Amino acid sequence: MSAMLPALQTIPWAIVLILLPLVAGMLCFLWPRLAPTLGMATASINVLAVAALAWQLHFRFHGSYRHAVGGWGAPLGIDLYADGLSLLLLLATALVGLGVSLYAVGYFRPEQARRFWPIWLLLLGALHALFFAADIFNLYVTLELVGLAAVALASLNGDGPAVSGAMRYLLATLLGSLSYLLGVALLYHAYGTVDIALLAARVDSTPVTWAALGLMVTGLLLKTALFPLHFWLPPAHASAPAPVDLLGLLGMAAILWGSVQALRQPRLKLLIAYSTVAQLGYLFLAFPLARTGISVWRAALYLLLSHALAKAAMFMTAGNLLRFGHHDRIADLDRVVQRLPITAGAFALAGVSIMGLPPSGGFIGKWLLLEAALSQGRWDIVGIILVGGLLAAAYVFKVMGHAFTQAGVTHEAHRVPRTMEWTALSLAFAAILLGFVAVPLLHLINTGAVAVGFEVSG
Amino acid sequence: MSVALMYALVGVGLFCLGLYALIVHAHILRKILALNIMGSGVFLVLIAMARRTAQGSPDPVPHAMVITGIVVAVSATALALTLLLKLVALRGQATLPDDWHE
Repeated sequence: MSAMLPALQTIPWAIVLILLPLVAGMLCFLWPRLAPTLGMATASINVLAVAALAWQLHFRFHGSYRHAVGGWGAPLGIDLYADGLSLLLLLATALVGLGVSLYAVGYFRPEQARRFWPIWLLLLGALHALFFAADIFNLYVTLELVGLAAVALASLNGDGPAVSGAMRYLLATLLGSLSYLLGVALLYHAYGTVDIALLAARVDSTPVTWAALGLMVTGLLLKTALFPLHFWLPPAHASAPAPVDLLGLLGMAAILWGSVQALRQPRLKLLIAYSTVAQLGYLFLAFPLARTGISVWRAALYLLLSHALAKAAMFMTAGNLLRFGHHDRIADLDRVVQRLPITAGAFALAGVSIMGLPPSGGFIGKWLLLEAALSQGRWDIVGIILVGGLLAAAYVFKVMGHAFTQAGVTHEAHRVPRTMEWTALSLAFAAILLGFVAVPLLHLINTGAVAVGFEVSG
Repeated sequence: MSVALMYALVGVGLFCLGLYALIVHAHILRKILALNIMGSGVFLVLIAMARRTAQGSPDPVPHAMVITGIVVAVSATALALTLLLKLVALRGQATLPDDWHE
């Protein structure tokens, strides 16, 4: 074992994490019958590789490291960059990825599984590449990879609504990435680099920067994937606060609109989807609050992590209920608590984190956000956070209420595989657990963050 | 007006033209074409910017970006066309339904 340690230290884990899912995905195309085994193996190795990377970052590189792919290095080659932030995102992806893989083994019929595993592994590889991206052009490429894989996954069902939905998302995401790419072009023209760390050092508040920021934010909004844009937000916030406040307003609108829409939905899957809109809104609140510096971004990141875990668990419970009763109409949920206690428990636990009740991860994130809003006297934001929490409680309890009672239309119960129930519960439990490990995790977020300009917003 | 600036402006023009076509046309094939024209516009802007050095030797980085961008655009177009064929086979028409939830 002790002889193996130096060997483990020298393996470039970033490369492993990108190549392994890609290669495994290709193998799944070639040998569909092996796909579930290969997929599960890859998802498990991912968790180990992230742990190894964490260990390597801590002991060998003391915080952060850069890997020049193929020895070329920036600006012509591609650099991979890892620090505490990327490690945290990788960790969340690995855990949720393992959960989803376990769930998929029970969920998909063989002919669906044959198409699911290759695309799912490609998506994991693309996400890993995204978290290692060191420059904004590489972000464009990896975001596009994530988008294409997500579109393919969305159309997996193969029926009319799935395919037209996938088409709609593909057109939106392509429009988004082109808008983002034009922003990248403007930034490269103005500052002569696409490297995130160099941009953070060089960027200042000029019309070109704001035009590029507008294009890139619009592009990412179209992709509805909020990404830590703050890396290169101009240091001179105060001199041009309008767009930043606009993002905050957008966040507030998303929280209220998403929550109210969620409350109005008759079907569970749509309720969960609208709740996601509301939860992404909280992340946008960080933009107007960013003047206090680093702590707001930590709050947003914490919310992002706990939301990822809790929402994955919620979608899994919706899948279980769909399997159980062949419908996901909330009003017709029939004594689910007695008949599927583990799934109902998973939904309730995930709900605790979504509402932001202690001791969940969602609570820590919201608390840090509230603290920042209070310290700046932004009472409007404080109010929105509180109202958003109440609305979240309303839609979670709406579902739980129907889960306890007998429905007017009773139905036959269909068997739900054990793994599907337990995976949902484990992910929901992990979201709660995030509330207990706040101190080490917040410390981890800071590790190596200075190098990428985390302090820029201060 | 320098040649590079003219190319860049043409690129921005193509981007806007493509955006307009993407919004007004209902036929999905036209939408895919429009996205490709927008992409070409962005690539033109990048190529124009490669002439940033006064000595005349172009900056290779934007060229590398354009090549990568073309690869991405080709794969995205392939996926879009496949989805379009599937959609036509399912619905019998090459437009998206108006109702979001169908």
